[in-house]
Amino acid sequence: MSLTLQQRLNKRSRSRVGRERTNWWATGLLGICALAVLVPLFVTVSMAFKSAKQAVDGKAFSLPKPLSIEGFTEAWELVNFPRAFTISFLITLVAVVGAVLVASMASYAIHRNWGKRFYRFSFYYLLGAMFLPFPVLALSQVKLTGLFGLDNPAGVAILHVMFGLSFNVLLFTSFLRGLPGELEESARIDGASNWTTYWRIIFPLLAPMSATVAIFAFLGSWNDFMMPSLIIAEQADQTLPVVQQLFQTQFSNNYHVSFASYLMAMAPSVVAYLFTQRWVMSGLTQGAVKS
Amino acid sequence: MTLTSPAKPRSDSKRPLPTPPAKRRRFEATYLGFLVPALICFTIAITVPAAMGIFFSFTDSVGFGDYNLIGLANYAALFTDPAIIGAYSFTIGFALVTVLLTNALAFLLAVGLTAQIRARVALRTIFVMPMVISGIVIAYVFNFLFSNTLPTVGEYFGIEFLKTSLLSNPDLAWLSIVIVSAWQAIPSAMLIYIAGLMAIPYDLYEASSLDGASALGQLVHVTLPLMIGYIGINIIIGFKNFLGAYDVIVGLTNGGPGVQTRSIAMTIFTGFERGDYAYQMANATVFFIISLIIALLQLRLTNRGQVK
Repeated sequence: MSLTLQQRLNKRSRSRVGRERTNWWATGLLGICALAVLVPLFVTVSMAFKSAKQAVDGKAFSLPKPLSIEGFTEAWELVNFPRAFTISFLITLVAVVGAVLVASMASYAIHRNWGKRFYRFSFYYLLGAMFLPFPVLALSQVKLTGLFGLDNPAGVAILHVMFGLSFNVLLFTSFLRGLPGELEESARIDGASNWTTYWRIIFPLLAPMSATVAIFAFLGSWNDFMMPSLIIAEQADQTLPVVQQLFQTQFSNNYHVSFASYLMAMAPSVVAYLFTQRWVMSGLTQGAVKS
Repeated sequence: MTLTSPAKPRSDSKRPLPTPPAKRRRFEATYLGFLVPALICFTIAITVPAAMGIFFSFTDSVGFGDYNLIGLANYAALFTDPAIIGAYSFTIGFALVTVLLTNALAFLLAVGLTAQIRARVALRTIFVMPMVISGIVIAYVFNFLFSNTLPTVGEYFGIEFLKTSLLSNPDLAWLSIVIVSAWQAIPSAMLIYIAGLMAIPYDLYEASSLDGASALGQLVHVTLPLMIGYIGINIIIGFKNFLGAYDVIVGLTNGGPGVQTRSIAMTIFTGFERGDYAYQMANATVFFIISLIIALLQLRLTNRGQVK
């Protein structure tokens, strides 16, 4: 029987019989490489907790002594953190819910009516945009959103949903093709309407794919800098990543404040990642192999 | 690799459903309700701006007000504009170097993470983390490290070229962008490589080790040939992403020193500040055509992978 490495690793960790010796060289080397990821993060955390007096010397590797949260309180005021956070949060919420609902509904309609030319054409039409990079559309979108009065966070949220639509429809339709049709047919025979079938039968079945779509919509939307910085006209309505610019132009020597602010901007996505790791990892490979 | 071919529905989905015609029309309405609003929004948000961009690239519009059609004049000017040529050569060069570095490191990390190591889960968690952090924010963190910490280190060890900030060094500023872009892009490439490595039949390693192959020999003669498809996909996806580089550059050098590290996206975005909207739309159209060629290459490659 031919096992893949995956099956072998699973088997080994389950039976806990390591017949092969642990490769300490590889473990050590990877541990050293991990420092390349950890050091910048460590510096961020350690700078953020320094007092103004200690931070001013700009020493990256000294530990905070005494531990101080003045950086956080100052950053909170300076970038108007509650406002920027709320705006980022609302954009991300709309982007995530929109990505899952709009794409899954469109995909279901396309999947069910694949025999009809209109739906098939729509599928390829949506897919075509996968090759359009944002910079190509940006300036014209700035003009259009201004025209429609959407040069604000709402406009950014809508654009996030629309930009993700191509790829998300591709993911959902391929997932729908793998689902058994029986459940759906029995629901129809019981007289369920189309909406009921979608909402009660299909949508729950789509859950694993929805999780993937939601996580990547969350990361993309929460971390986006390019689109909000161009589309949102009012500086006071900017998102969390964009307001960090403040520290490059002014207050550039208040390291404890800027790093506290960076940390508050990063933390939500890092925490979300730690809790959803498994889906982030499996989702990425599904997505990439399909793109 | 499992790849999506243009949708092939199961045969049973074509079978007509047992519903009377009147009811079926109502079904049709729900389906249209699912799809058509999305299509309309998509057209306004994506298709119209794309068409606008292409149309205005043949005009002399400054972004608002009257304009005249001027044919291919913008394109002609584009190919002799040192700012544009500079941005394209910088971006393409940067993308090539970064994609090679990213993939080499991602591949090695993937090999390491699938070896018989301890703390596999913890290490993988750490290595994937850069993927979830905002590009602009981490670029600001590295900005501090490159302009404050590294010169201190250089001073301490007496390394001449590190003594001044990497970011203001016209010859080396691009290197900082390569490092941070790779830092951010390695996780996704690495996860794809891990998926590929996990699918290799273990027999091949056992057989080759019976034949006396060394670990390095196995890597070169067993693993690499089987991973070629994944390497191709990763390189194309990565190259396409790096061509659109923006956040990291804004956070590190903001195009400087001078215009040394200004990317294509950054030149396009100057269109409104400098009132040359139409001109930058010609630039954007050229950029789009390049992206399209790369995308077609990618499709070809994935289709070939599927046939195999």
